[in-house]
Parts: sequence; structure tokens; C-alpha cells
Amino acid sequence: MSPISRGFRRRHAEPDGAADRVPPGQYVTDGFPVLSAGPTPHTPLAEWSFSVRQGGGTLKSWSWQEFQDLPTETVTVDIHCVTRWSKLGTEWRGVSVDTLLGAVGHDAGYIMAFSDGGYTTNLPLADVMGGKAWVAFGYGGAPLEPEHGGPARLLVPHLYFWKSAKWVRGLELMDEDQPGFWETYGYHMYGDPWKEQRYQGD
Amino acid sequence: MEGTAVPGRLTWQVATVTAARSETPSVRTIELDVPSWPGHRAGQHLDVRLTAEDGYSAERSYSIASAAGEGVAITVERLDDGEVSPYLTDELRAGDQLELRGPVGGYFVWEPADGGPLLLAAGGSGIVPLRAILRQRERSGSDAPVRLLYSARTRSEVIYRDELETHHDGVAVVYTLTRERPADWAGYTRRVDRALLAETAWPAGKNPLAFVCGPTSFVETVAGGLVALGYDPGRIKTERFGGTGGR
Repeated sequence: MSPISRGFRRRHAEPDGAADRVPPGQYVTDGFPVLSAGPTPHTPLAEWSFSVRQGGGTLKSWSWQEFQDLPTETVTVDIHCVTRWSKLGTEWRGVSVDTLLGAVGHDAGYIMAFSDGGYTTNLPLADVMGGKAWVAFGYGGAPLEPEHGGPARLLVPHLYFWKSAKWVRGLELMDEDQPGFWETYGYHMYGDPWKEQRYQGD
Repeated sequence: MEGTAVPGRLTWQVATVTAARSETPSVRTIELDVPSWPGHRAGQHLDVRLTAEDGYSAERSYSIASAAGEGVAITVERLDDGEVSPYLTDELRAGDQLELRGPVGGYFVWEPADGGPLLLAAGGSGIVPLRAILRQRERSGSDAPVRLLYSARTRSEVIYRDELETHHDGVAVVYTLTRERPADWAGYTRRVDRALLAETAWPAGKNPLAFVCGPTSFVETVAGGLVALGYDPGRIKTERFGGTGGR
């Protein structure tokens, strides 16, 4: 039984129509808060590449220009940060992960996204295939800003946003699930916001 | 960016407020008795859950203000449009109970074995986890030299002023105020920028370990500035609270 905090009450009504779009424990913000563990990297586009790797080898790699030439999609999605803010109706432009992983032959069950600055995060393959995940380089009709993960970030909106790795540079195919950066520090291996999978054991 | 696994499950438990002390007109430190607290490290945070009479509940994360081995304390800044923070700063009294779980996070953490020199940079209430690090250093007898750069809007908004003023051997504190220029003020009176960092931060050649905490714009400026000064990006740890991120 939770102790009652006398005098404490809800102060913010949910926006109209948000009730079934906001997972438990989240509140809606109009801002776009930034959370990162280290400095914002600034990799020049001429040095940028995106690669799909497995077992230490590179299966496929795209330069920035080659990446731009891939088919792109524009998606409007709700995003949910484990620090409890949700942002509704965000518009992104990028390349579907289906397109990227469709370019290589593999039978992996999991991926580790890896980023400039050393950040990693793990995901089941089933959660990045089938139109569920993108590598996004546009936000709100403009290039994605560095503090929000530009030039390109992973976008996996159905999971907590730490899974949407900023400054992503590639995907490592894995046979078995392994913890990424925040997962090593006790955050949940999967991170479903609708089940409030914030930390290990949730 | 390598870590040590933190296994186990974080369960909610009932904590009792043992003391609540004003730090500034809008900031309060709350000391808590948590019967089965597993212990924490300097720089970690915890989650607080408040439940209203009608069953509504809200959770927020707060940095732990105390060193490892000390009792659990949080320092909370009132955000006027917030839901949880005004209750914690204005309503909560000694003897009240609330739920919490933690500790959470293991990257923005300093332990004596990590050594130094340490560059701590705080914007506003970003001082809280850095104060835990300073206390940790003091308690452990570490001789890691510290430079603390603390940016506040006005002098009256400086948190832990008395504690920081009695600073200890090897700790140099540099203040800067961004919205006030008191006549008798000895510190800086401008926003932190690269020039100010170049004047006050450890030279990169000393291979410092940096902890930067504050609003997004502050953290972006400081972390980017330190990289430009030659700091190893892998030794700059950041914690940011943006816009409504801590409501």
C-alpha cells in the first residue's frame, strides 16, 4: 500500500486524445529534452559511414551520399523517454532498417546499434524489422541537429527512447542478446514503455 | 564508455523524511530514512513516487545529494509548472512518508579509485550530484585535486554555499553568475564559454576526469568546450536536464 501524500494532486491534465497514446508513468512535453552520457560528437559527413557488421567483419557499408540515395520514408510517431517525458506526433525522415538489413544475408536474432562516442544499445531483430525502425537524419522537415543525434540516429519509437541510439554508425548482428551501454548499468534489456520496463527486473 | 554490471531488481520501498532544509528560496534538501537501502555511489540518482488521495501517482528521478555511506538525501529545485517538485519543496515535512527506489545509473559516478584531477562543472541545480562527489572525496580521504566551476543565475541561488565555502584542501571553487553582478562579488559574472573554460579548467595535459551537470545548453557548451581544449571525450561524463525534463 502506497503512503498517501496529503495535498499532492495531479496538476497537468493530459492533452485531448492523448490518453491512449501516453504509456503509464509518462507525461507529455512540447519540448525536446536532451539526455546523453557524454559530449556531442561532430563527425564530418565526409568521414561518416553506416555499416552492418557481424563477427568483426563488415557486411555492407554506405557513405553519407550513398545513404542519402537509399529509399527514404517520412514517419510521424510518438516517442517515450525513460526519464518520463513523452512527445507526441514527431516527424522524422530516414531509411527503414528493413532496407539496410535487406541488403545483407544473415540469420541473426539480435542487433547491437553502435554510435560515435562509444554508445551502444541492443535490440531483438524482430523489433527493428517489419517497418518498426529507421535510421533517421531528418526531424521536423530539417536536418537532425547534433544534440538530438544528428547527423543520423536510430529511431525505434515503440521502445523507450534510449534504444533509439543517437549518432548511430551501424548495426552489429548478433546470435544472442547482449547488453548495450545503459543496459549494462541496470536499465532493462528490452524497454517496453507500455510495460514500464525501465530497469532490470521491471 | 565501459561499465560494471549492476544486477538485481529495483523495488519500491517506503522512506520516511527525517529532515527538510532550505538551501535557497526554491531549493530544499530532504533527508530520508530508507530501511533497506542497498547503498549508493556518488553521482547516482533515485526515483521518487508520490501518490495522491484519489490514487493518482507520479514518479520523478532526482540526483542523490549524499556520499556513499551517508544517509540518503536529495536536493530538489522547485519548478513552478511542475507537479512533483513543488510538493517536495513546499509541502513535505519531517515524518512524512513517500516511496522511492534506487540507486539508478552507474555511469555518472565517481569513486576514489577513479582518481583525478577532477573537473566538476555545474549549472544551477546540476551541482547536486557533484556535491555528492565532493563529499565522497572528503569522506574517503582522496587527495584527487578538484576544480569546481559553478554557474548560477544569482548569488542567492547558489546551493550549498556554506558547505562549498569551507572548501577543503585541493578543492578550488570558481563561481560565475549569469543574471546578477553584485558589487562585492569576487567571482565571474558571465555565461560559461570557451574562454572562461580555458581560464579555469585543468589543462588537458593533466588528463582530467570531467563531470558536467546542468541544463542542456550549459552541458553542450561545457562538454563541447572541453573537447575543444583537448580533453579526452571518453573522460567527460555528462548529465543533462532539458526544458521540462525534470518536472
